[in-house]
Amino acid sequence: MAIKVEEKQLTLLERLYVLEVVRGIALTTGHFFRNMAVHIARLFGLAKDKKGSTTFQYPEERRPLAPRLRTLHRLTRREDGAPRCVACMMCETVCPAHCISIVAGEHPNPLIEKYPTRFDIDLGLCVFCGYCVEACPEDAIRMDTGVLEFTSFSREGMVYDLNKLLARSETPKPNEESKVKTA
Amino acid sequence: MPTLTIDGQEVTVDAGTTVIQAAEQIGINIPRYCYHPGLSLAGRCRMCLVEIETFPNLQIACYTRAQDEMVVSTTSERVLSARQSMLEFLLSNHPLDCPVCDQSGECDLQNFYMDHGQYQSRFLENKVKKKKAFPIGPHVILDQERCILCTRCVRFTEEVSKSNELGVFNRGSRSVIDLYPTKSLDNPYSGNVIDICPVGALTEREFRFKCRVWYLASQESICTGCSRGCNISLDYNGSRRAYKAGGRRVMRIKPRYNPDINKWWICDEGRFGYGFIDTDRIETPMQRTTSDLEPSDWDPALARVAETVKAAYSEKGANGVGVIVSPQLSNEELLACRELFVEKMKLTNVAALNPWEEPGEADDFLRNADRNPNTKGVEDLGYSGDAKAVLEKAAEGEIEVLIIFRHNLADGEAGKLLEKAKFVVYVGTNWNATAERAHVVLPGATHAEKDGTFTNFEGRVQRFKQALLPIGDSRNDSQIISEMAAKLGYSLPASADEIFEAWKGISLDELSGSGSSVDPDTAVQA
Ligand code: SF4
Ligand code: SF4
Ligand code: SF4
Repeated sequence: MAIKVEEKQLTLLERLYVLEVVRGIALTTGHFFRNMAVHIARLFGLAKDKKGSTTFQYPEERRPLAPRLRTLHRLTRREDGAPRCVACMMCETVCPAHCISIVAGEHPNPLIEKYPTRFDIDLGLCVFCGYCVEACPEDAIRMDTGVLEFTSFSREGMVYDLNKLLARSETPKPNEESKVKTA
Repeated sequence: MPTLTIDGQEVTVDAGTTVIQAAEQIGINIPRYCYHPGLSLAGRCRMCLVEIETFPNLQIACYTRAQDEMVVSTTSERVLSARQSMLEFLLSNHPLDCPVCDQSGECDLQNFYMDHGQYQSRFLENKVKKKKAFPIGPHVILDQERCILCTRCVRFTEEVSKSNELGVFNRGSRSVIDLYPTKSLDNPYSGNVIDICPVGALTEREFRFKCRVWYLASQESICTGCSRGCNISLDYNGSRRAYKAGGRRVMRIKPRYNPDINKWWICDEGRFGYGFIDTDRIETPMQRTTSDLEPSDWDPALARVAETVKAAYSEKGANGVGVIVSPQLSNEELLACRELFVEKMKLTNVAALNPWEEPGEADDFLRNADRNPNTKGVEDLGYSGDAKAVLEKAAEGEIEVLIIFRHNLADGEAGKLLEKAKFVVYVGTNWNATAERAHVVLPGATHAEKDGTFTNFEGRVQRFKQALLPIGDSRNDSQIISEMAAKLGYSLPASADEIFEAWKGISLDELSGSGSSVDPDTAVQA
């Protein structure tokens, strides 16, 4: 079902253009001077309850990320360092972007039975919905690395394989959870 | 003829029918694990409990005979709560393996639990541990923990394969299915236990972890392993990228119920013999230019065949060209060949059967010694004479051009004769020694890649349907024949449907419905 969008008709004054431009400049200038006043006042210890808008000096300075933000995927590890993933393909099945591809193999240990011999995520296709994390019955895939910059000069470079996805996971100690490797 | 009421619907059934079968006749499917229509009754799983008026206790529907004026309920509160309790029992020791279990997605334990499950587990004790994932034969892996002890597999080896490899050992919650000492589940029908196991206790070694079952698409087909013509479903990789399973498209074969031919079963050779569909295929037409076979386009390859055939024809007339068709071809392709080579070109040297072919193993259940799906079709369509006479003439130089469909005639005596043939055209699906020594190779399509019919040894004309596109540049054989005919100045229909309709007077779809067979004694006949 398509939604019908009402088109807003411009009034005569708006169509005359110049007046609108002047109003726009007035708005930005107003913000500029208001911010400057707040920053100067705070410099002298005044207006503590007000906050002037600021600019992050990216990439030296970074915005703090919300803890639940969905960022670059990682595969968690078992205590022996192997991936927790059992290649059940729940994530592959649920993924709306069809960007996960897993090839399963027979694990020598019949208590593990199945493991991924290949695990590829094409981040060029991923829509960061996080369904894969929700679907996983093993807590084997997470999107908690906090990494937002994963660019590449090629499409192939956007495909993360098993090793790349495991690289950001620490091997947990007994009775501990797999954590994100820091730095 | 007792008349009974099931869930308010009246049904009249034959005497001796059980309640579970009577319910099936009116479309009510009572959950069951141990009951299988092809096996004896065991009454083990207690899943099919129903309430029958005048009976104080719930009764198992698989064992209770339908009687006049019975009033059965399959959905009363007592029945539903009994089902829930039975599932709770069955699951008390069942591992939570669904993520790694191949049955997941087509598992009756999952399916019935979705409908009747308790969802909140009350089981606080430790589960009984049993042996997991070990091979019990060349094709089957057993996981004792997943088994719900329905004994379908045991009854199969006792009653159908009559090989008695499996049994129930120990008692109570420690009961397990296992092999009898020194035995291995290696009977020629062993794969059927995988199908009848309602859970993931018996899984297929060939299929294990290749593909999740919900990615599979399925098409009705006919087994090409022997002249029995068992009805099968071709399960193929429908939605996933080709690099899974190394580009293999057909993932597994399952039997398709046909009461007149194979019932619920197929043999292991048929079940696991699908490898040729995806391996060693001839993918493009090939031509021998100087000494090597080189890939070519269809047009020049067909043109070369036509030219050589025309030259031989003008030189030696109808004796100059020999054709060996094959009982691997469908009826439609055989009809097309007959029309072109016998009726239009009036060739005298047309043969079909290979006298050197090794017969396969046969038994009194399904397997026939004749390894070809359509030998009866070849006979019914009037092909006589075998390849030997034609090959001999080709070796003597009487036949200038020899067109061979499918057969491998490069070994032994045949090979010696074939070596002397002047110009060989091979139309086939897979590489073999005959293809390698041919002058022109034309790639045909396997039964998975085309539509058509085979006639089984009893004369049943059965349809197989196309599941996949022909691999690479290969083409359906009736199309190849039609194009070859066009180059020779004849016009022939290319589609199997058209040829079949001209032959039987009905369309392929009318024949099949569910891909069913035409009995030789009824309706449509050649
Ligand atoms: S976040 Fe969504 S789109 Fe990306 S891999 Fe996971 S399921 Fe697929
Ligand atoms: S859902 Fe989890 S365990 Fe299953 S394949 Fe994906 S990452 Fe592996
Ligand atoms: S292995 Fe399967 S078929 Fe055999 S008894 Fe167990 S559940 Fe039934």
